[in-house]
Amino acid sequence: MKTAVRMNVSALRDSTWSQFALRFLFGGIVTAIAGLVAQHYGPVIAGLLLAFPAIFPASATLIEKHEKQEKEKNGMNGSVRGRQAASVDAAGSAMGSLGLLTFAAIIWQFVPAHSAAVVLSAATIVWALVSVVVWQIRKRARIVRTHATSRAHHL
Amino acid sequence: MIQIVIRFLVGGAAVSIFALIGDVLKPKSFAGLFGAAPSVALATLALTVTTKGASYAALEARSMIVGAIAFFIFASLVSWILMRYPFSALWVTLCAMPFWFAIAFGLWAVVLR
Repeated sequence: MKTAVRMNVSALRDSTWSQFALRFLFGGIVTAIAGLVAQHYGPVIAGLLLAFPAIFPASATLIEKHEKQEKEKNGMNGSVRGRQAASVDAAGSAMGSLGLLTFAAIIWQFVPAHSAAVVLSAATIVWALVSVVVWQIRKRARIVRTHATSRAHHL
Repeated sequence: MIQIVIRFLVGGAAVSIFALIGDVLKPKSFAGLFGAAPSVALATLALTVTTKGASYAALEARSMIVGAIAFFIFASLVSWILMRYPFSALWVTLCAMPFWFAIAFGLWAVVLR
């Protein structure tokens, strides 16, 4: 099972400048809107938008497209593979959102009484740790499930 | 106006940086973690603390917990549909977006209001 985390910088060549610009645009727009909403409706409503899946459609579409193109280069229909890749990425984001929840809780609890820079940095580190731990737990659970299923097939 | 432009630039940069990190990482499920990176939140909260104070930022962060729960349900739903049904990623994510709003504002009405 290939699950080791690795880095592939050449993957950046698969993206175009317009795709980078699109994500910058969406991110900028949501951040600006969050500021405007805070001005008009207050921090309680604006805070909801801080966990808005702003670039999710753009990212999922990009992943689906790349995966589909890879398969089609080899003469295969990549539609199913493209959707599966986008699905797996979305599952990863669901795990990351648990880290996001922890990030928000830390800032809520600690930012009024401590240095904002320290709290924001610590919350970001905790976001990464929680996300990775949840990802590891899910990965191990899947491995155990796969082994159990294959053992059951051998019986 | 200048404040909005600064928010736009800082938010766009933060989102792009996390998205780039996600682009170069494998496997896909691990890269997906960066789809839920606190990019907009970092940009917004850092600016909010400096302009409106820490208590104001804490209120935004409390609401963000509700937004993150909505994000979890939204992303899980998108993943489930894409794995089982032959719809495009763009179509599924856009159609699921109202669920994020419904859950976030539903929870806000029940828990935070």
